[in-house]
Amino acid sequence: MSVRFVDEFRDADKALALSAQIAALCEPGRHYKFMEVCGGHTHTIYKHGLEDYLPDTVQLVHGPGCPVCVIPMGRVDDAIAIAEEPGVIMTSFGDMMRVPGGRGSFFDSNAAGADIRMVYSPLDALKVAQANPDKKVVFMAIGFETTAPSTAMTVLRAEALGLTNFSIFCNHVTIIPAIKAILDSPDLRLDGFIGPGHVSTVIGCRPYEFIAAEHGKPLVCAGFEPLDILQSVYMLLLQLKEGRCEVENQYSRVVPWEGNLKALKVINQTMTLRPYFEWRGLGFISHSALAVNETYAAFDAERIFNVPGVRVADPKACQCGEVLKGVLKPWECKVFGTACTPETPIGTCMVSSEGACAAYYNFGRFTRERVKEATRSVSQPVDIELMPARP
Amino acid sequence: MTKQGTAAPDQTQANWAEEAVAEHAGAVHLTREEQVLERIDRARRRKARIKEPRITMSHGAGGKASRTLTEAIFLDALANPVLAELEDAASLTIGTAKLAFTTDSFVVSPLFFPGGNIGDLAVNGTVNDLAMSGARPLYLSAGFILEEGFPVDDLRTIVASMAAAAQRAGVTVVTGDTKVVQRGKGDGCYINTAGVGVLERDVPLRAASAKPGDAVLVSGPIGEHGVTIMLCRGELDIEADLESDTAPLHEIAAALLDAVPGVRMMRDATRGGVATILNEVAVASQVSVVIDEAAVPVNPMVNGACELLGIDPLYVACEGRLVTIVDGTQADAALTALRGHPLGTGAAIIGRIKDDPPGLVLLKTSFGGTRIVDLLVGDPLPRIC
Repeated sequence: MSVRFVDEFRDADKALALSAQIAALCEPGRHYKFMEVCGGHTHTIYKHGLEDYLPDTVQLVHGPGCPVCVIPMGRVDDAIAIAEEPGVIMTSFGDMMRVPGGRGSFFDSNAAGADIRMVYSPLDALKVAQANPDKKVVFMAIGFETTAPSTAMTVLRAEALGLTNFSIFCNHVTIIPAIKAILDSPDLRLDGFIGPGHVSTVIGCRPYEFIAAEHGKPLVCAGFEPLDILQSVYMLLLQLKEGRCEVENQYSRVVPWEGNLKALKVINQTMTLRPYFEWRGLGFISHSALAVNETYAAFDAERIFNVPGVRVADPKACQCGEVLKGVLKPWECKVFGTACTPETPIGTCMVSSEGACAAYYNFGRFTRERVKEATRSVSQPVDIELMPARP
Repeated sequence: MTKQGTAAPDQTQANWAEEAVAEHAGAVHLTREEQVLERIDRARRRKARIKEPRITMSHGAGGKASRTLTEAIFLDALANPVLAELEDAASLTIGTAKLAFTTDSFVVSPLFFPGGNIGDLAVNGTVNDLAMSGARPLYLSAGFILEEGFPVDDLRTIVASMAAAAQRAGVTVVTGDTKVVQRGKGDGCYINTAGVGVLERDVPLRAASAKPGDAVLVSGPIGEHGVTIMLCRGELDIEADLESDTAPLHEIAAALLDAVPGVRMMRDATRGGVATILNEVAVASQVSVVIDEAAVPVNPMVNGACELLGIDPLYVACEGRLVTIVDGTQADAALTALRGHPLGTGAAIIGRIKDDPPGLVLLKTSFGGTRIVDLLVGDPLPRIC
């Protein structure tokens, strides 16, 4: 196994060159605000310290595209209610395990006796179902269009295998209504979007065209390596400089303009748009989520189990909504880092590694000036011998 | 919730007002972001409290939750100055003898993995805890908790590995115990080992003794044990030609101490990995630890697996690698000493100690940016998209 494919997208020399080109494109005195829609981008930006390469006048605003962050507390409670029914094994991605609902998280429920297991793919959940024919196995499906096809494939596979003890608790959401909600939000002024690369591998670039055409904001679909993001910032600035406003594809090595028709087909085959769905902090957004359709009702946990469906109001102090919309920087939230920490999260943004708050808390919790001083010349550890001995 | 402006019950009103004024005076020149960071820093220094009503897997993962459990439950109830040091091994003086004493339990799953099994792991783990305190490991105990139905042949293999590992480490297993639990009440075989060693050197090795200017070294490529175990569970459908790095570190530690008088501390990077140890140093010594990502040795296969799983190798456990902090002027000598031992051929200087900002581990990423490396809350969970 080699990661050479990754290293070339993390080349510090290329980053320096790109950084200079970015600085040259910035108009003096003008401030730029770009939103990276996807939580994966937020994670990359903090993990690699990418902001060090951007001029102070270019600000990256974190968007709503973290699948764990947008799950409302009520849905976590619903999932726990299903998990606590006799004979149920709930399966879930690891990121979901610590998300707090109104009455604790999956981890807490597991410790209290429910059987909730971490899986790496929905197909692993299917294996659990095959291995436990006397149990009812439920998969907590979350994510944007990126993960919806694999959930859809799992439903089809379960049908082909004739499984009767497997169902999914569908929480898939769609990205376009969320971006619309951001664009309609009056308290945010953006200069452009860094488009979600992985979602786009499925839906393609065409669905974003209204953002450029109707809202006058450029969008560049971006990959997830740090150089991808730097290049996307460059492409956005170039569009602004040249007075263009278009949807461009930086991630063309993976994203086809038309998307993945096969993936879209299996989603359509097994799922249907919900009339509305609650998003954490953003409230109800119409046509923004997917449910298992009538044809595959036998695999729909919401039809099989008694789901309470109680709406749980977010804790008053929690400002996840503003953070998800990019109105607040993570540290501007009232409870950030004090009452709400990765260890005892109040809001979802503090749980997932793709959440803006967790990324800032874990990777960026420092002031740049002090850190610049500390990291100066550390890239040359040989210098250590040259340093004068301390008394 | 933060209760700003609320006086603690044991404080007088005047006392509180004075503090508030002092705090405000210090805060005038700070930006809003800096004020928030200061507030977080204060919140992090608060006494740890367990909020969950039950133990979760996070409490055993070696990160923040483990630390909270230790501080809030064990340190609180069993308080004594030796325990409060929270070092890998306790330093005891009995008459004129100075001893190091430690214990460790092993619950690894699967029991057998490429490069070793729970038997040699249990010996090496305890030997290493003793060696890291600067002691010469001497005697071990071994306690077994076996599940009804566990194959005797497997137990024989495990104990044979223990014997071989003990011989390699120059220790004797002098006492032991066996308990059997009903089928389903244990996972095959758990082992606890305790160990005693003698402290023959007069070098205080403590996480609190790092000073600005010191150098940070590792004895070899990191994360191989953790990734090997994760892959060999077979849940991930990833195959790699990797072996656990489990090994006794008493010789390489002694070689380092012989060659370098300015060793401040040594730790074997087990649960929580190198990152967790460096965080302990940063907090205990009130210094900043600055690491150069490009200088950290990582096997390309470990890097590849971690990349796929969304895990940082800095947090992945090793069972035969040590992290050491030495006087900056002796970094070269330390590197030579480590590389002179077969277990240390991949040793490297990975960073240095600075004074500001205290309590933080900073990473200069190979991409050229900067970020902090915090303690993890629980197990490294893979990202989902």
